[in-house]
Amino acid sequence: MNSLAMSSLTIAWVMAALQTLIFIAAAPLMAGWVKRLKCHMQNRAAPAVWQPYRDLAKLMRKDMVLAENASWLFRATPYIVFGATLLAAAAVPLVVVHLPTAAIADLIVLVGFFALARFFTALAALDIGTAFGGMGASREMTVAALAEPAMLMVVFTLAMTAGTTNLSTATEAVLQAGVVLRPSFLFALFALAMVAVAECGRIPVDNPATHLELTMLHEAMILEYGGRHLALIEWAAQIKLMIYAVLIVDFFFPWGIARDFNAVSLTIGVIAGTAKVMLLAMLLVVWETVLAKIRLFRAPQFLGFAFLLALLGMLTSVVLETGS
Amino acid sequence: MTAKIPFAAFIRRLAEAGIAVDVPATPVVPARVIEVANDDWGRLGQEANDWGCRWAAGWGDDLGEALRINACFEQAGAYLLARTTVTRSHPMLPSHTPYYPVADRPERHTQDLLGVAFSDHPDARRWTRHRAWKSSEYPLRHDFPAAGRPPAVTPADYQYRFLAAHGSGVYEIPVGPVHAGIIEPGHFRFQAVGETVLNLEEHLGYTHKGIEKIAEGRDVAGLARLAGRVSGDSTVAHTWAACMAMERATGIEPPPRAVWLRALMCERERVANHLGDIGAIGNDVGFAFGSYQFGRLREAWQRASNAAFGHRFMMDRIVPGGVAVDLAPPFLAIMRDEATALRQQVGRLMAILYGSPSLTNRLLGAGVLTPEQASTLGAMGYVGRASSLYFDVRRAAPYPPYDRLKVKAVLHHTGDVNARVRVRHEEIIASLDLIEALLAGLPGGAIRSEWQAPAAGSQGLGIVEGWRGEIISYVRFDDDGHIARFFPRDPSWTTWPALEVLIHDNIVPDFPVCNKSVNGSYSGQDL
Repeated sequence: MNSLAMSSLTIAWVMAALQTLIFIAAAPLMAGWVKRLKCHMQNRAAPAVWQPYRDLAKLMRKDMVLAENASWLFRATPYIVFGATLLAAAAVPLVVVHLPTAAIADLIVLVGFFALARFFTALAALDIGTAFGGMGASREMTVAALAEPAMLMVVFTLAMTAGTTNLSTATEAVLQAGVVLRPSFLFALFALAMVAVAECGRIPVDNPATHLELTMLHEAMILEYGGRHLALIEWAAQIKLMIYAVLIVDFFFPWGIARDFNAVSLTIGVIAGTAKVMLLAMLLVVWETVLAKIRLFRAPQFLGFAFLLALLGMLTSVVLETGS
Repeated sequence: MTAKIPFAAFIRRLAEAGIAVDVPATPVVPARVIEVANDDWGRLGQEANDWGCRWAAGWGDDLGEALRINACFEQAGAYLLARTTVTRSHPMLPSHTPYYPVADRPERHTQDLLGVAFSDHPDARRWTRHRAWKSSEYPLRHDFPAAGRPPAVTPADYQYRFLAAHGSGVYEIPVGPVHAGIIEPGHFRFQAVGETVLNLEEHLGYTHKGIEKIAEGRDVAGLARLAGRVSGDSTVAHTWAACMAMERATGIEPPPRAVWLRALMCERERVANHLGDIGAIGNDVGFAFGSYQFGRLREAWQRASNAAFGHRFMMDRIVPGGVAVDLAPPFLAIMRDEATALRQQVGRLMAILYGSPSLTNRLLGAGVLTPEQASTLGAMGYVGRASSLYFDVRRAAPYPPYDRLKVKAVLHHTGDVNARVRVRHEEIIASLDLIEALLAGLPGGAIRSEWQAPAAGSQGLGIVEGWRGEIISYVRFDDDGHIARFFPRDPSWTTWPALEVLIHDNIVPDFPVCNKSVNGSYSGQDL
């Protein structure tokens, strides 16, 4: 009995490790998929979906050029950013719920991981003392200061319904409730999508593909990075995008995710997860193709709207759903 | 009678003001030439400004004993070439900059390259010289070798005093000359509070190629090729202007078919660049759809130019006396169809662009150049025409074949990025109309006149409407028919200063789109 419990715990940990590995390994694939769809949307010849892997491999092989006045902070930041993002990925159920890693971190800690990564990125940008670094850090912080409250408000709304801030349990709760249309979830979904767009540096808040140093937000901060440092930061950005996609899927469309470790449900989990993330990527691409980037000073309005939606979600939840 | 001669009244006015004016016998077609004493140079500028003339171009010329300073004015399509000389031992004269802000950089260029001091110039800092040659050396003087005297290591370009801003929260952003994207080099120094631009100062000259110096001693064909490389995107217009200047100096009339083909190429160049610019403006605000669609149209258009004329940019297709390649008959129909198709595609795409609120939100009200500012700066081309300032050489001073064609006037008044996009859009349509008219009326016959040796010392001005605006090329021949002096005035000399003005109170991240909407040529202004 005891040994059975032990072995199931071992399996659970192995599964958790495996899921995290899949998560970080698949993130560039999602980036490649987004890129490929985007090219098709814009009538361009598309690179292979594997291109991000090749880019990362190329960057890994390259030498690094460090600014003369770069301190340990600048050198440590890529690892901190990647580490924090990795831990965040470990906490998000991708294929299967009820993993031991879910107990480590709830949603608030997840937000904290992102904040930690951003904090160090901004510090590193300031560390080398270039104008672009400072500019990027200041802009990123402006956006973050508004995105984080909106994100937390979304979390609270969901927590009200699910009764927990633990991701696994919340997903489970949604699954058990079945298909119920909750107005609060709709509001939260839109708010979370807007926060995700801002946090991942996508259009209309930031442009991930720009070469214009004066318009950059995230890219301005990492302008001085090269080689494996840059590879880690880019990889972390890809993982972050995937985390947001999976979060949206877990909360709002969790159907298909595996609830035990048997092979059939795991297979279904993998297929369902992949399909849902791919679909979500399509929405992102359409969104990014029809929109231009907003003027920087409208980003607060954009995020203010996200916050408002999240707040409405919370109110609806209190008034309509839990009140009865 | 006098009313019909341009500038006759102005010259009388100068005499009344006590400025001794000499009208030399040798003309510089098509301009009227006057000569004044160097002491009166500043007052001449003042009088010209009061008279409402536009300061169009300025350059210096080493005549051996003396250094000649030229300023070209324009009023109602007529050109006045004012000249004065200073001695080599005392090369100093008053400046036009106090009356014409646009004269600032051309005068500093003359100061750096010819060693002429403008006594009351408000800003005596170097401009084109970037420490690659000594401050005591003047490359455009005849005793300076064309190869220069380059030091083993070019010293870094430091100690250029930028305007500084002080105060709490004010910070400085140096940008360039090396940029994150693949564009020409230029340095921009921003003073900003938060994201708002207090002041922008440009520091250009990184692509100085010594065009004026290496033009000396060339034959006519060599100069035409060189002019085609003043600014690659305006290769047709610059070559045309240079050839027009040489032809006017020599008195050669290119055959009708040649000038119609030149106009056809020039309009094709205008369309190609406007297409590229509209796409690039979209790209600068993260609107990838516009960028790729217009990029595609431009690419197809340039490939068609390559098929018809043998070069994507139609470089070196214009030669002194005519054109180098004839247009094969099948291309008449091909180009007509192409123009029709492009008009439809541009119409549909622009409808999408104008109908995208997220895009127009970025363009409307960004980078406003008021009509007053545009007029003070003498802004050219689409920059002027988006700010109520209408000047188009093709209409104001029509040269063949535009004297027989109807050029549609495009004018907007808001002066923002959106207006500059609209001007470009409407100019594409106007150029397509012109292309159809040019194809329909293309005369037959020879495409090239026999070249004759020019008279010793003869001079000419070539003035054409390039896609950025008016291009003025000055050519003076020496005694054996080689080039003694060549000065191409790209419109960018007037639009770069406009960028410094229109960026005021905009936010730093809007600079790229404002810059692209002006799209000055670095190469054309650095020479």
